[in-house]
Amino acid sequence: MSRPGAGGDPASVLELRGVSKTYGQGPAAVRALAGVDLSVRAGEMVAVMGPSGSGKSTLLTIAGSLEDPTSGEVLVCGMPLAEMPRKRRARLRRRAIGYVFQDFNLLPGLTAAENTALPLELDNVPVRKARTAGLAALAALGVADRAGWFPDQLSGGERQRVAIARAVVGDRRLLLADEPSGALDSVNAGDVMRLLHEACQRGVAAVVVTHDAQLAAWADRIVLLRDGRMTGHTTRPPGPESLLMPEETR
Amino acid sequence: MSVPHALLALLSEGPKYGLQLREEFEAGTGEVWPLNVGQVYKTLGRLERDGLAESDDAGQEGPQKRFRITADGRQALADWLRTPPDLTSPPRDELVMKVLVAARVLGTDAHEVIQAHRLYLLELMQQWTRLKEGEARDDLSLALVVDAEIFRLDAVIRWLDAAEVRLARAAAAPPRPAAAPDPAPRLRRLEARR
Repeated sequence: MSRPGAGGDPASVLELRGVSKTYGQGPAAVRALAGVDLSVRAGEMVAVMGPSGSGKSTLLTIAGSLEDPTSGEVLVCGMPLAEMPRKRRARLRRRAIGYVFQDFNLLPGLTAAENTALPLELDNVPVRKARTAGLAALAALGVADRAGWFPDQLSGGERQRVAIARAVVGDRRLLLADEPSGALDSVNAGDVMRLLHEACQRGVAAVVVTHDAQLAAWADRIVLLRDGRMTGHTTRPPGPESLLMPEETR
Repeated sequence: MSVPHALLALLSEGPKYGLQLREEFEAGTGEVWPLNVGQVYKTLGRLERDGLAESDDAGQEGPQKRFRITADGRQALADWLRTPPDLTSPPRDELVMKVLVAARVLGTDAHEVIQAHRLYLLELMQQWTRLKEGEARDDLSLALVVDAEIFRLDAVIRWLDAAEVRLARAAAAPPRPAAAPDPAPRLRRLEARR
């Protein structure tokens, strides 16, 4: 699955190069993104923060190949999306990219295990194999004992764990999340971010779009977006030990 | 942070030695607030003087002395817990001052100033969040302290967001009509409030 794009960072799972997006034409044209460069490596979580209308969601839909940029280039797993035939692109979307939505989007008539295995089954993975992978993903998120439960029998936190399991099931390389903690309280929202961060530590790359600084703070890097432009990003801060007392004062 | 009341709280669990109090204080505050041993004994001396704590053996000094809470001490602790801290007057916040000044000094891009502070605060929040992810996971005291700090920083970031919107709105607002021939009404109002 890896044919590095010309000049691309081989470790990058997602790369946006000079990506712009304009909706409409002429005087009614609305520029949603303007020349955005972003590279996310395997194992890295990047949070994109900005006020509403700053282009966050557009960035995510373009990164997920659900929409094409007006100009610029998008590479997923080193492969330029623009050069990819439609079918191959759809396959990449199904196999390599997982999505986490604000309102979980679990199908109410399916159990947690069935919901989790669904993306693989849609990709023609044999049912038994899909089921096994689904159960493994539920186990990694600590909800294996809820495999047979339906979404309306689960708590909000459990539903979101199942949604994350579905997003990482199989061999997903890129996780895209739009306000992934939904309406959860801050402690449960923190748990969701912890789970996403743990998925990254297992090698997945993630882009999390949020307006909430507390959620963004879980990311390795925070990118600020305003009026479609990247206006700044955090540099890797020193470790948490800098906040604790030095040993000699104890 | 009220050290005397924190020590009374620890003594309310039973008699303790000074060094033990220091260790328990630091563990109980998630090791975020350091406390030196001199400060512990000075505070214990005051508590003893005020009749809120007493020592086992008045003849012994230093680490050998064991302290216990008195009835008055228990009452003082209960009163303190239920008395809200004085938050009536806003603190003279350096960041608020910087943004106010940035908005006034000609040639200064207030948004750039706000952005620099926002990034710094986000990086601090990242550090606290790492602490939450690691050490604070199984340490309730530390988790509570870390949450408090994260919420405080979050509030400052939200204030910066609001300040930015206000500044943008003010910059985009049409000039005042002729009925108010004031060259700088906003600045004058700020001065008048002092």
